[in-house]
Amino acid sequence: MAFLSIQDLSISFGGLTALTHISIDVRQGLILSIIGPNGAGKTTVFNCITGIYRPNQGSITFQGKELVGKKPYQVASMGIARTFQNIELFSHMTTMDNLLLGRHIHMKTNVFTGATFLTRRSPAAREEREHRERVERIIEFLEIESARDIPVLALPYGTRKLVELGRALAMEPTLLLLDEPSAGMNQEEKRDMMFWIRDIRDDFKVTIIMVEHDMNLVMDISDEIVALNFGVKLAQGAPNAVQKNPEVLEAYLGQQ
Amino acid sequence: MDMKRDYFEDIQLFRTNTVLVATVVFLAVLAIVPFFAGAYTLYVLNLIAIHSIVAIGLNILVGYTGQISLGHAGFFAIGAYSCVLLMVKAGVPFIFALPAAGFISAVFGFVLGLPSLRLEGPYLAIATLGFGMAVTQVISHSDFTGGHMGIKAPPMSVGPFVADTGAAQYAVIVTITVILAIAAVNLVKSRVGRAFVAIRDSEVAAEAMGINLPYYKTLAFAVSAFYTGIAGALMAFALEHVSAGSFNLILSITFLAMVIVGGLASVMGSILGAALLTYLQLKLLVIQEAPGIGPFLLEVSKRFLTPEGIPNIQSIVIGAIMIAIVIFEPLGMHGIYLRTKRYWRTWPF
Repeated sequence: MAFLSIQDLSISFGGLTALTHISIDVRQGLILSIIGPNGAGKTTVFNCITGIYRPNQGSITFQGKELVGKKPYQVASMGIARTFQNIELFSHMTTMDNLLLGRHIHMKTNVFTGATFLTRRSPAAREEREHRERVERIIEFLEIESARDIPVLALPYGTRKLVELGRALAMEPTLLLLDEPSAGMNQEEKRDMMFWIRDIRDDFKVTIIMVEHDMNLVMDISDEIVALNFGVKLAQGAPNAVQKNPEVLEAYLGQQ
Repeated sequence: MDMKRDYFEDIQLFRTNTVLVATVVFLAVLAIVPFFAGAYTLYVLNLIAIHSIVAIGLNILVGYTGQISLGHAGFFAIGAYSCVLLMVKAGVPFIFALPAAGFISAVFGFVLGLPSLRLEGPYLAIATLGFGMAVTQVISHSDFTGGHMGIKAPPMSVGPFVADTGAAQYAVIVTITVILAIAAVNLVKSRVGRAFVAIRDSEVAAEAMGINLPYYKTLAFAVSAFYTGIAGALMAFALEHVSAGSFNLILSITFLAMVIVGGLASVMGSILGAALLTYLQLKLLVIQEAPGIGPFLLEVSKRFLTPEGIPNIQSIVIGAIMIAIVIFEPLGMHGIYLRTKRYWRTWPF
């Protein structure tokens, strides 16, 4: 049984068909990249997995459990984290608080224990300290210590991307969806991002699905690639094979 | 810069000794005021304390969670009436009736929170506005609640202690205010408060973090209504009487103004805003007695407005002050505090 299995997924918005009969199997521990020209439906796949869109047809099973029909927060608590194409951070909060929100599903403090957060021994204070330590390790891993207590509003774009990645990691997901992790970064930052994505897979034992436009990055780190065009799956396979696939070449370069 | 050695230092109630000392001094001043202040001053302080509770509660909803409410006078009324009715009609002692009033109000808050799952911005404002107006209408036309005449509130009593003087009322009201303010400070820095702010900043991302949106939105309404309900109950005792007419739309808007003038998403700002607007409203009632400017304003209002024109002057002055604060200090009085603090941090350089 596949770790994540998308079967016969179709979705349309009004008259516009965004995905047509897409089936993708994702094995555990892989880095799988979804590529395709603009409007191919890459982000739509993410939005279907995370419950933001409800597909018209098809099923998505994650570790044997159906995801279609679940609310985004339910999907998140099953261990699926994501980042967004146009960074969605809590912009008035500090980096620390943003990452602590990633710990939300692992924490228990409710309105009553929260309001009586008085001494070092109160349950809320103990839990808070424990989770701050975990977040601190992620801050160290991503080398964003200098941004720790700064509101993300005041951070440069590249750092915000990292904070968003850190926030997803703080959720300790088993499946991580990265929507254009290297968009808007310079060559050096892209290379760093590539190493981080590999390290995340190896150190955190996370399966990663990534939407990405930078082909060098995609070819370097992906174990498998899925190519989409106009909501149709063109190919799935190892980077070399997909790169040579005539249909993929046609989608990107046009007919010879 | 003080060095931190433990994560607890990041999250404790008093992050530095300066804050601790300032708070202790402030509480000590609050404790000795009744020995010096006259009856009117105590009455004003009681009103400020009560309005602070409302402003804190409303700020949890508006400033932290990013929802809007124009119906908080409704919760204020529900709190006031349920506490007094529980005591008068059911003989429940004050010490149980007060929290019960808060929880009854919170239940209404939860119910009013349900439309917030679908509505936002101006639409939510209208829905809550409708709620506030409906509550007043129902109360003023029901015999059970004393109709237009309202009902007389018995004195607050805790065991053998009966708060029948201004100073005793002050003791009860200010104690409850301090407890609720500390609870709010704690709540907003805990997991729940972070979830509220997350909803305000990005609902999409909040859901992706596993935050149960319907739960936390309705919870914010319920907590906000709880605070307002408690405040409403205390108001009934401070005025020794409740009547539906006082819980009108203007009151809801005044609460909102306190929050914005004080500073969104700040507990201390809420208290400052409540204090400033309450004080101004009372002071401007007697603006014609002000030295120098008073007779002049009276003259202006006699010449250009109706003979009873002085209330217009009050509204104009209070409006001008609110506009000035919002223009020159968008963060409200909390922003003024932050700037002062930054200035003194490097003093005398």
